[in-house]
Amino acid sequence: MGFESFGTVSFTAEARVADFITHLEAGKVMATRCKKCGISYFPPKADCPKCLSSDVEWFEVKGKGKLMTYTIVNYGPTGFENDAPYILALAEFDGIQIFGRLSRDIGEKDIQVGMSLTVSPVKLPDDRIAYEFKKG
Amino acid sequence: MPERNVCIIGGGMSLWGVREASIIDMAQEAAKDCFDDVPALKKEDIDGLLFASSYCGRSAFQVNIAPVIAERIGIKPTSMCTRVDTLCAGGSAGIILATGLIKAGLADVMMVAGGEKLYTPQRWETYYSEMASIDHDWDGAQGMGLPPPFFSMTAQEHMKRYGTTKEQLSAVAVKNRRNGSTNPKGHFQKEVTLEEVMAARAVVPPLGLFDCTPITDGCAAVLLTYEEKAKELSDRPLVYIRGAAQATLHSMSMNWPGEHLADWVHLRTAAKRAYETARVGPGDIDVAQTHDCFTISEVIEMEDLGFCKKGEGGPFVESGQSDFGGKIPVNTDGGLLACGHPFGGTGIRQAREMLHQLQGRAIRQVEGAEIGLTHNLSGLNVEHTILIYGREP
Repeated sequence: MGFESFGTVSFTAEARVADFITHLEAGKVMATRCKKCGISYFPPKADCPKCLSSDVEWFEVKGKGKLMTYTIVNYGPTGFENDAPYILALAEFDGIQIFGRLSRDIGEKDIQVGMSLTVSPVKLPDDRIAYEFKKG
Repeated sequence: MPERNVCIIGGGMSLWGVREASIIDMAQEAAKDCFDDVPALKKEDIDGLLFASSYCGRSAFQVNIAPVIAERIGIKPTSMCTRVDTLCAGGSAGIILATGLIKAGLADVMMVAGGEKLYTPQRWETYYSEMASIDHDWDGAQGMGLPPPFFSMTAQEHMKRYGTTKEQLSAVAVKNRRNGSTNPKGHFQKEVTLEEVMAARAVVPPLGLFDCTPITDGCAAVLLTYEEKAKELSDRPLVYIRGAAQATLHSMSMNWPGEHLADWVHLRTAAKRAYETARVGPGDIDVAQTHDCFTISEVIEMEDLGFCKKGEGGPFVESGQSDFGGKIPVNTDGGLLACGHPFGGTGIRQAREMLHQLQGRAIRQVEGAEIGLTHNLSGLNVEHTILIYGREP
């Protein structure tokens, strides 16, 4: 299984970071770290943009992050009509910024910038998979 | 060959709006209007064509569009004939590239045109194509795509940090729709009141209907040449391209280069370099056309272009400092909010309005304008592209 199962609508079937999906299916949200210069990346990168080394390692994004900003999407792009409304958010986990969706378990009134979040895989309809932020 | 000074000598536009015409039809209309603007020009004088368009491969189903347009408008380029794809900044990117080619002597007279055909019978296609405009592997798959959610987050950040109000955002829409009301080529000619803007239905709060540029069909074209040739072809005052820069510091939202979404460090980077290459500062600019894709954009652009202090963009626009009679009139032809935004066409429209301003023939003229700045942002605020024009080289 490759990238074609990621998110509500995917556009890329093959990518060298396709292991991200395997890890998601195993219950883990993973990022990459360059073994040469030590920089961490999310989305994961198969090669380090800084030193261009391809010697990278996977590590799990664990613990608590912080909500930086969010927006409520009432009108989604083509393919997302049945998803809307949904909430897109940017969260910071130990120096890594992750863009994704807030869990539908979080009520609109409970959202606060700066609130504590965790990130975990989520199964979507039609055998698709993504990750989402939950209250942490 | 010594470096040459480069001038913009003419400009044209098709009608912009919801058009029952193909992109090639509209490119022809814009080119015809541009030829009419420079009566001494013979079509054989033109040796290059750059056409800025990002969606033509999808919504008009035409790739390698430049030679198709060259044939339709009856020119036979011998220096360069190609498409430029920088989304919303394609027009300005094309003008910068053409300037370089002419300066270096690789081209003599170039038409730089651009535009899009976005309304198709299959409207879903436009909303699907939007996701090709960002990092679609990651952001697109989550449902990011249409720009309003991103700029809504930006607006909320600015409001939270600096106390910017919805009234202040609305002031931008009122001004630009007023400026656009006398522009016969733009998408909207109807003025709106502050009350109408405030009460309009939400798109993504706090942004309402009038805070957002529409989707627009249209094309525009300008002509660039070196100084001596410009004197041959036109009796009007010369308008030089004095300086330019484009800064790209990231590809998408999560690798945002600034401290927060309302901190446009890449705009400041581009502005610094553009001012340096033009040997001017923000205080020297008499008139500006900036990328008001959303009202919040123009507010932040006032700050990061150096027209006011960081965080003071709200009061700056609300007090009329970006209007006629203020510190610096901005978007004198209506900007994106009134003219609409056929991506590759926007930078060309701005260049045409700047040409008119600096030659003293704009519909809404800034008296005595001698130095002007145009600015585009593109993608999900990925690149900032700036050109500085002047009556002196």
